[in-house]
Amino acid sequence: MLQLISLLVENKPGALMRVTGVLSARGYNIESLTVARTLDPELSRMSIVVDIEPVQRGQLIKQINKLINVLQAADLTEAPAVRRELVLLRVRANMQDRAAILKEAEIFGARAVDSSVEGFALEATGDPEKLDEFIDVMKSYGEIEVTRSGLVAVSLEAKRLRLAPPIRKDLEMETETESVK
Amino acid sequence: MSAIVSGKTAATAATAAPAATAKTGTLMSGARMLLECLAREKVDCIFGYPGGVTLPFYDALYDHPIKHILVRHEQNACFAAEGYARATGKVGVCCATSGPGATNLVTGLVDAMMDSIPVVAITGQVSTKLIGSDAFQEADTFGITRSCTKHNFLVKKLSDLPQAVHEAFHIAATGRPGPVLVDIPKDVFQAQAHYAPVSAIHLPGYKIYVEGHAGQIRRAAQMIWDARRPMVYAGGGILAAGAADDLREFVERVNAPAVCTLMGLGALSSEHPNFISLPGMHGSYAANMGMTETDLIVALGVRFDDRVTGRLAAFAPHAKVIHVDIDPAEIGKNRAADVPIVGDVKRVLEKLNQTLAETAEDMKPKNAAARAAWRERIGEWRKEHPLEPESSTDQIKPQHLMAEIDRLSGGEAIVSSDVGQHQMWAAQFIRFQHPRLWINSGGLGAMGFGLPAAIGAQFARPDKLVFALVGDGGFQMSIPELATIANHALPVKIIVMNNGYLGMVRQWQELFYNNRLSAVQLDGFPDPEKLAGAYGFKGSTVENPAELRGALEAAVREPGPYLLNVRVASYENVYPMVPAGGAINEMVLGPPQPVEG
Repeated sequence: MLQLISLLVENKPGALMRVTGVLSARGYNIESLTVARTLDPELSRMSIVVDIEPVQRGQLIKQINKLINVLQAADLTEAPAVRRELVLLRVRANMQDRAAILKEAEIFGARAVDSSVEGFALEATGDPEKLDEFIDVMKSYGEIEVTRSGLVAVSLEAKRLRLAPPIRKDLEMETETESVK
Repeated sequence: MSAIVSGKTAATAATAAPAATAKTGTLMSGARMLLECLAREKVDCIFGYPGGVTLPFYDALYDHPIKHILVRHEQNACFAAEGYARATGKVGVCCATSGPGATNLVTGLVDAMMDSIPVVAITGQVSTKLIGSDAFQEADTFGITRSCTKHNFLVKKLSDLPQAVHEAFHIAATGRPGPVLVDIPKDVFQAQAHYAPVSAIHLPGYKIYVEGHAGQIRRAAQMIWDARRPMVYAGGGILAAGAADDLREFVERVNAPAVCTLMGLGALSSEHPNFISLPGMHGSYAANMGMTETDLIVALGVRFDDRVTGRLAAFAPHAKVIHVDIDPAEIGKNRAADVPIVGDVKRVLEKLNQTLAETAEDMKPKNAAARAAWRERIGEWRKEHPLEPESSTDQIKPQHLMAEIDRLSGGEAIVSSDVGQHQMWAAQFIRFQHPRLWINSGGLGAMGFGLPAAIGAQFARPDKLVFALVGDGGFQMSIPELATIANHALPVKIIVMNNGYLGMVRQWQELFYNNRLSAVQLDGFPDPEKLAGAYGFKGSTVENPAELRGALEAAVREPGPYLLNVRVASYENVYPMVPAGGAINEMVLGPPQPVEG
């Protein structure tokens, strides 16, 4: 089954590798993964969709939570959350189809972000099933090229972020350095 | 403070505030700064091997009081650091150069990861501007060691170095301990900066739950009193937490039988009347029957490893489980817990003991009769199939060897074992009265571990008798370290249990592959007298059972190192044995008996 994981991670080199390493070490395939920084530029939000046995879901969250760079890992698979995906789609369109394409795009809430004599670049957001339909419809007009963002999600529950406090180093050690002169 | 401001007058040293800014600290190289940080972490010795990019570090080390032990292979630097850590509980430190040096550390890092041993590995890296250019002796150490460390650092700026080093030690030593690697490029070692001691570290995502949940601890206490056939299952977590005394108190309060895992031997003294043996694949009949028939497992700092549980679905089928561990991911990973308690096992046992003391008067009489009957039953199992060392008058039986080492040790010596049959016999027959005497590669099962780990243990505990108990296979993986032993005249007693085979593999081939002995015969073992002599110390061979005791005593009497090659029976197998995939109560108790007639 597909599990949706939302992570708050430190925005540091290697953080992504650590997270994907937990998945690849167990042979789980990543269906989609998005990362971008949060309001706090030192942190990033990751949304990961992974193909996994249902019984392993809890264990995976625990393993990811063990990573030093991960501040919070949450399983949003069944939790109250908004899940959306963005698709950018280029469709070749001859002159007689252009009006129909735009009309169809409007039905899916998509908009044209580029237009040329060859055709359009369209942008749509929504849940993945709706976007599948949109892509199918556009295929019927001719050759298309598609880039999907992968699922991004925001939890609708307020989750308290538990963080470890700083650890003083000066008090515990200052007296000891005398001996290593 | 003084080490940091050495070179200044005492007056200026006194006025330098601990929270001094970078500009007011002493100007020094990155290499020197690393040593300052190691000194603040109270590191007294480093096991390492130099190379091109660590030249600046070794130059700074030249006249620094931290002792550097030159090993003969980087893998052994990590194993020695583990031996040091396992014998003391302190962080072991190893050091290697970039590329091949770093990749040679990998087996040791995985070993430390599997057994939760605190190790900090310092590796050199090519200069920052060369990283990613396939430079000479470049390897992606940060990437390679990601999965075999608890955490790792690539320090690209000197200003980040002190913070990274202190974070590395903190992560290695706290929570569930483990290895941490700090990769330092050559130009970072060479750069100059003002050093001010780090006043605080902050790892917001590194959460450790030390105190167990009070409600869960009360529930656990109630469940313990309600149990009719309780069993204590204690592991390496007891050692890591320094909770041996609390464990003993707990076992005595409940008067429950106890097993210690391969990693936990010594957590409860092997002499304790409630101690049975190790459980699992080569556990005793009583331990495995007890684990099968119990109605309550109190699991303390253990991880329900497959070598302990056998076929998981058939493991402890009647038991409820109280599981205490500092790593939340271990709880429920293999076996569901009825009462999960995330916390430091020492703190949890302290509170649990207190709760048990408060409730004993009312609760202890409940099930007292059932529990007495349970202890009796365990006793019967022990009598039925005791773990008893065999011996013979015409060959040295391996079990006989272990019994003799046990006699010499009296439960007090450090035994650093390699991996294989000898490890299992040692775990069965050598007793340990205290924690941190039994040192072995438990989770990873890394051959070549025993000898270098003994070196680390002997440096950590110069007062202790240290046996490196190795097979003829693992010994030949670590022969280069005889030079390290000789250089420092380390009084390690190397006991080679020599059966001429990779015994454990041979045992499996005999039992499960129609005795087709494929690639397990170890011909050409070197003459131990000549081998030890080549390194400047004594060695000998013993093969007559009547001479074994004398030979071991002579080795121990020798003030320096000693290599004793013990020729043992070649075809002996370790029993009891739970075949792979079997339930632990389906033990093979001994070799098939010859058919009469």
